[in-house]
Amino acid sequence: MDRRRFLGRIGLTGAALASLGAGAIALHDRHGTGLYERARRGPAARVRLPSFRVPDTTGSVQLAIARGTDPARLVATALGMLGGIERFVRPGDVVLLKPNVAFARPASWGATTRPETLLAVARHCRQAGAAKILVADNPINQPEGCFAKTGIQAAAAAAGARIVWPRPEAFSRVQIDGEVLSSWPVLGAPLLKADKVIGIAPCKDHNLCSASMSMKNWYGLLGGRRNQFHQQIHRVIADLAQMVQPTLVILDGTRLLVRNGPTGGSLADVTAGDTLIAGTDMVAVDAAGYELLGRDPARLEYLQRASARGLGTSRWRELNWRQDWAG
Amino acid sequence: MRITTTRVICQVFFVALSLFLALATQFEHLRGYPVSLLLQLDPLVALASAITTHTVYRGLLWALVVILPVLVLGRFFCGWICPLGALQQFVAWAGGSRRLRERIQANQYRPLFAAKYYALSALAAAALVGSLQIGLLDPLCVLFRSYTVALLPLADQVAGHLHVRPHVHQFAWLVGLLLFAILSLSLVVPRWFCRVLCPLGAALGLLARFSLWRIHRDPGRCVDCHLCLANCQGAADPQARLRKAECMLCLECLERCPHGALRLAFLPDLDGQITYPQVRARRAALAALAGLLVAGWSRRSGRVNDPQPELLRPPGALAEDAFLARCIKCEQCVRVCPTNVLQPALGEGGIEGLWTPVLKMRRGYCELNCTLCGQVCPTGAIQPLSLSQKLGVGEFAGRGPIRTGTAFYDRGRCLPWAMDTPCVVCEEVCPVSPKAIFTRREQIVTRQGETVMLQRPYVDPDKCIGCGICEHECPVKDRAAIRVTAIGETRFADNSLLLR
Repeated sequence: MDRRRFLGRIGLTGAALASLGAGAIALHDRHGTGLYERARRGPAARVRLPSFRVPDTTGSVQLAIARGTDPARLVATALGMLGGIERFVRPGDVVLLKPNVAFARPASWGATTRPETLLAVARHCRQAGAAKILVADNPINQPEGCFAKTGIQAAAAAAGARIVWPRPEAFSRVQIDGEVLSSWPVLGAPLLKADKVIGIAPCKDHNLCSASMSMKNWYGLLGGRRNQFHQQIHRVIADLAQMVQPTLVILDGTRLLVRNGPTGGSLADVTAGDTLIAGTDMVAVDAAGYELLGRDPARLEYLQRASARGLGTSRWRELNWRQDWAG
Repeated sequence: MRITTTRVICQVFFVALSLFLALATQFEHLRGYPVSLLLQLDPLVALASAITTHTVYRGLLWALVVILPVLVLGRFFCGWICPLGALQQFVAWAGGSRRLRERIQANQYRPLFAAKYYALSALAAAALVGSLQIGLLDPLCVLFRSYTVALLPLADQVAGHLHVRPHVHQFAWLVGLLLFAILSLSLVVPRWFCRVLCPLGAALGLLARFSLWRIHRDPGRCVDCHLCLANCQGAADPQARLRKAECMLCLECLERCPHGALRLAFLPDLDGQITYPQVRARRAALAALAGLLVAGWSRRSGRVNDPQPELLRPPGALAEDAFLARCIKCEQCVRVCPTNVLQPALGEGGIEGLWTPVLKMRRGYCELNCTLCGQVCPTGAIQPLSLSQKLGVGEFAGRGPIRTGTAFYDRGRCLPWAMDTPCVVCEEVCPVSPKAIFTRREQIVTRQGETVMLQRPYVDPDKCIGCGICEHECPVKDRAAIRVTAIGETRFADNSLLLR
């Protein structure tokens, strides 16, 4: 064998030995710790949501109640009382609108956000110079059907807003540090892109927690095994209020689902509420909404828990509030 | 342009059309496309369901568009239209042998190719006694089943954007593996499936005996070079006595013949042809007997006319014996189901029910405001329902809603019933009004001596429609604490629950 071939063959074997050895050492997991936890719930990478609030200025109105039937006028009137959309949305902002699109049924059944209300809010944001408007929810029913049948998809299209679909990859684990939820998979893709977040919720009866309004609306941003929340529903709803600090919440009480909630299923379950409540304190907004349902906020556990934790106040009349007729 | 080029364009068109229709069979894309058109064009679907039901259901009359030209021309459907045939041809072309001698060898007729007639015989015999099983082997059923169960979900996994919540199907691996086997076998013997097993090809082969146009060989010009076999799709022996039942009219032989010995002739002399498939009558009878026996034994296994708890059929599905006379296992209903609740059955419906649609509530739930499965069903196994018919409102208020079953609590697994823990997700998601699930408040003393108020859930069987969303959303995830069984299903009077 000549020298060249000898060196060639020795070199080849040597390279194989060296690369295999180096590979093994490079991949070596010496301690093997943390596997169980990582395998149990996926990557631990956690983010914390920023606060989306805009600071109150002295004398600013915190809660506005508009009475009337036309969603566009109600939105305009309520925003006007709060000081105009310009107070909340700056030119160039990315605004996330969070409607309740939980069920694949017509909005007239009162279980989901009215598309007219979403469209009106989106148009105000557009006027204020929002660069991009996102619409997101993780429905209980099949998402495509929910967005189509509630009319939210058409409203988003009409407003030039983009729907961020709750695909598996859109979720990330968010640090909450709540009473029950320490961290949870959240529909993070739109939240982490947004500068401002506006919740737009229907005002409706709920079988377990009595009422689903703007605080409960954030449930729709969660993924994972969220059907376990019912075991401690009031604590969890208070945690949701801690997780998301929105710019503004809008509680649409034009239609009230007064029984058979949160799904409804019949026009007979819906009554006219002729009211829209908007505010920066969602605990207060929900307390006012609960009264709209003819119930006493002092007896709604999650409102009291959220108040006690300083996330807002259920005694909404103590805030700076206004009321007006919408044309 | 050469005639074979025209044929290839035609084949590509129909493969693309099949894929387009499969993709369009989805809530957001339906837009009134005739998504089951290719299945309606399928003569075997029309013929076999005519045997089982003594009718030609609605759009199945389209099969005449294929059958009538077949009577005049022969199996042009196999060579020009069938997308599964085209895919096999593509695989053989792309990956098969390049050597001329091997290709001529691979395209010679073999006695094994008679097997498809025996398969057809067995399937037709089963159809005679009411069991429609052609969907097991019919190429369009195989293809659409493969699209729905194996190919599109995998494409969704790789590329995304088919469903927001990706769909999965039980035993997708089996359906995928069978398609893989069918296509791979084409590398060994081109169009192995068409030649050996396809019952549609066999049926068209029988009809082809009436053909007026046939490939005719002029023995005076033929030099026995066998080049005509180089691309022969049907292995129809154009180099000798043409087997008309095997000929797919691919017309490759005309292109290949260097001496002009072959032509497509009008009313040629039949002496130079084999007009009938070469089938042994006793074997065909034996195959028919096997079909009859299996169908008979299936009914004697007590799976069809006895209520089966796990056999949950979609809303609008006919009573089981009528359903089995129509379902072709094409999975169009499974494809269009928005929640993924419809799954191809393995054993749930017994041997005859293989790959028929069943509701699997752990996978999804039957959406209240949805009737898509019945809209796309080509054979009426699932009836097209209007929404008011499904919900039992308006003019259908007297009849009540279509029920797919009834939900029952497994109290030993239920959090408020067995574990002193609040829950009632089931009540929350119950879609009817008033809700079929209701609760009673009960004060209990926990193990720690604490007095707590619990809402304990019950099912009102008069209101429950068996949609299964309670089972789907139950936090006891592996085996839910509330489960739907078929009792109370509207389609089967013998499985009713309440005296109505």
